[in-house]
Amino acid sequence: MSFLSRYIFSTNHKTIGIQYFVLALTAALLGTALSVLMRLHLTYPEAKIRLFEILWPNAAAGGVMTPELYLSLMTMHGTIMVFFVLTTVPQGGFGNFFLPLQIGAEDMAFPRINMLSFWATALAFLVLCSAFVVEGGAPLAGWTAYPPLSAVGSIAGPGMGKGMTLWVVSIALFCAASLMGAINFITTILEMRTRGMSLFRMPLTCWAWLVTALISLFAFAVLFAAGILLLLDREAGTSFFLPAGLVINDRILDRKGGSPLLWQHLFWFFGHPEVYIAILPGMGVVSTVLSVFSRKPVFGYRAMVWAMLAIGFLGFLVWGHHMFISGMSPYSSLAFSVLTLAIGVPSAVKTFNWLGTILGGRLHLETAMLWALAFVSVFVTGGLSGIALGQPALDMYFHDTYFVVGHFHIIMGVAAVFSILAGTFYWWPKMTGRMLSETLGRVHFYVTFLGVYAVFIPMHFAGIVGNPRRYSDFGQFEFLKDVQGLHKFITHAAFLTAAVQLLFIFNLIWSLYRGKKAGDNPWNATTLEWLPPSHQPHIVVRGAYDYSVPGARRDFLMQNESNGQ
Amino acid sequence: MFFAILLWITAFAVAAGFFVKRWWFPPPISRHAMAFDSLFAANLIAGGIIFLAVQLALGFVIFRYRDRGQRATFSTGSTRLEIILISLTAILFLGAVAASSGLWSAVHFTSMQSSDLKIETAGKQFAWSFRYPGPDGKFGKTDVRLINDAAGNPFGIPDDDAAGKDDIATSALRIPAGRPVQLLLHSHDVLHNFFVRELRVKQDLVPGMEIPLRIQADKTGEYEIACSELCGLGHHQMRSVLIVMPAAEFDAWLAQQGKRKQ
Ligand code: HEM
Ligand SMILES: [Cu+2]
Ligand SMILES: [Cu+2]
Repeated sequence: MSFLSRYIFSTNHKTIGIQYFVLALTAALLGTALSVLMRLHLTYPEAKIRLFEILWPNAAAGGVMTPELYLSLMTMHGTIMVFFVLTTVPQGGFGNFFLPLQIGAEDMAFPRINMLSFWATALAFLVLCSAFVVEGGAPLAGWTAYPPLSAVGSIAGPGMGKGMTLWVVSIALFCAASLMGAINFITTILEMRTRGMSLFRMPLTCWAWLVTALISLFAFAVLFAAGILLLLDREAGTSFFLPAGLVINDRILDRKGGSPLLWQHLFWFFGHPEVYIAILPGMGVVSTVLSVFSRKPVFGYRAMVWAMLAIGFLGFLVWGHHMFISGMSPYSSLAFSVLTLAIGVPSAVKTFNWLGTILGGRLHLETAMLWALAFVSVFVTGGLSGIALGQPALDMYFHDTYFVVGHFHIIMGVAAVFSILAGTFYWWPKMTGRMLSETLGRVHFYVTFLGVYAVFIPMHFAGIVGNPRRYSDFGQFEFLKDVQGLHKFITHAAFLTAAVQLLFIFNLIWSLYRGKKAGDNPWNATTLEWLPPSHQPHIVVRGAYDYSVPGARRDFLMQNESNGQ
Repeated sequence: MFFAILLWITAFAVAAGFFVKRWWFPPPISRHAMAFDSLFAANLIAGGIIFLAVQLALGFVIFRYRDRGQRATFSTGSTRLEIILISLTAILFLGAVAASSGLWSAVHFTSMQSSDLKIETAGKQFAWSFRYPGPDGKFGKTDVRLINDAAGNPFGIPDDDAAGKDDIATSALRIPAGRPVQLLLHSHDVLHNFFVRELRVKQDLVPGMEIPLRIQADKTGEYEIACSELCGLGHHQMRSVLIVMPAAEFDAWLAQQGKRKQ
């Protein structure tokens, strides 16, 4: 095998998993760097900052960021984080690497489609990043790209010409890649399980990948269609999202018959399920890690499965909670409110079962376990602010304030990132044959845990004051004088949190060369990926979480172990 | 064990932040705003109790069951417990919807009265304008081709329209205290959002739609209007003021404006 077919255009699921992982790590670093620049500008809007000028000689001439530059960084930050980090690692990265191993399959069902899916994702990332360097720069419509702003071209502002088009193309590519991935996951899970691996013996990670793939299939198909319509509005003069009588920048537009709200319906029909695409695989990882490091079975395994299916289904019925104040019928707001809070029920079931899993266990507080426990903490924190936002009467104040920024960063950003870190510490030995440093891991963990609370909780306070989001400067409003101190605190906490991530990167690299060699099954776990490589198909005889089974020879029984005597 | 303690400290710090209210809502200026504040307070108390209970329980379990060489108990779940939990959370969450839907209905389903003062509220990149129907009580026609801010015609009212002649266009929103007002929200270009913190009300402006919003302010004073839907590079400076005047003073102002137009 040549280098090219082995490492670049590989059809091997492990290689592809690693490729996704590396791509997402790159994206995460870029996205974090952007957030630091944004915070810097927000806190010191007038300061002349040399770094800005070096990076953007025009848009930050003299070292002061223009509003359009701020908004473009914000758009890119959000898009990169949501699509190329949170949608990519948990499914494309961990899923590709571990799904076949966990169900005892040789590879994914369609290895070539798998390769294609990765390279389409990588291409989508390149297309997105190229928006930085085209004329006008990156788009400034936010990751939600609401028309008319996003549909009318460069008269709506710098970056809304070429940059916005590249954004739409990138997202459409990403959708296509995700659809291929989804088909692959569903087929693999339904068709390629080894003997004895019934659905209800699968590890919860596999269930999570299955539900996520099902959600992706429906959600990305809709986003893909919406993206094409937006592209047509931009490039072919159609009016799917543009009503008659628009006057933009003193120009009267010759369009009629479309509706800006149509985009919002289509976008959020994708957008809400998307947050579950980001978090469900993480829930699978957390359930597993809590069980392994408590030496106890997952509490309520079947309830966990049903809860995931319920979340996946209900997730398609709640998109309207992003549109309470959009001008959609206020009657539908009440319906969406009921459905939104209904999704809290399966979420509460999961939280309850995580607590039930560790209760009465023997908790080994390795770094992987710390991340999983911290996930439970932030999931509860972010879930509770979600209950408030799910009530239209309260959202009527909080919509598009920093309260929402605080909420979604905690529940979607931080929770998902914590589960990714739990997965990384847990699976790294299998992926590389080496252990990560526990000492570095702990320092990184504690600072990050405190850091994210210090960054994102105060954002709720700013939101309570009424601070709107997507403002590039808080100097124009009298009432925002009061939150400047708060924002300074947030920025300093963000710097610290971002800086300590370098320790994590260092840990990864250090471990590749110096990390302790890992045995086949360093955590004494039960699932098939921890068996030594073999060419015999495994025969599964038990569920995925048989820890501390009374009468067994040791405190774990692997899924292919008959009685453990 | 260290983590358990850290978790407790964090939970108390977060709760304290919401408790001391150093950064908080501005004082309410309407009955709706006061009702909003009580609804949020109820949510905060219920949410706060759940938050502390779960975080402290999590910390406790970590502390209590840390590895001290004990044997883990074997248990795979309890259907009864799941059912109890599902019922409890369902009741709690549906209760929350029920408790809050009244407030939403009061804003959106109170039928508009024909006696309400109507004010057209228009947004465009990056300014607000407001139009009062003038002494005849009728809005004149508008034509986007005639819009001309410099000439004081932000709505594009034709010169030859009798109903439009006396319309009053302003850049600040003046309303009488204690009387309901109907804002008719329009946008000329992209999405915008009308947000006055003190009213606890927020509503998008959507081009191609006329969205009515009924507000009432009971306390006189000046309050900032902040655009709260991303509308382009000047979004952060799309500001105006809501001036709530004593009703008699407002009537005098409106009459005088109307006279000047005639
Ligand atoms: C160091 C950590 C992070 C910091 C300091 C940070 C900071 C910020 C800031 C300042 C904004 C702009 C708010 C505004 O102007 O309205 C923002 C927006 C956003 N962030 Fe983050 N962020 C971080 C991590 C993440 C992560 C992990 C995610 C993954 C979900 C994420 C997703 C988003 C999204 C979706 C937006 C909205 C963009 C938009 O309004 O279109 N962020 N973030
Ligand atoms: Cu949602
Ligand atoms: Cu705006």
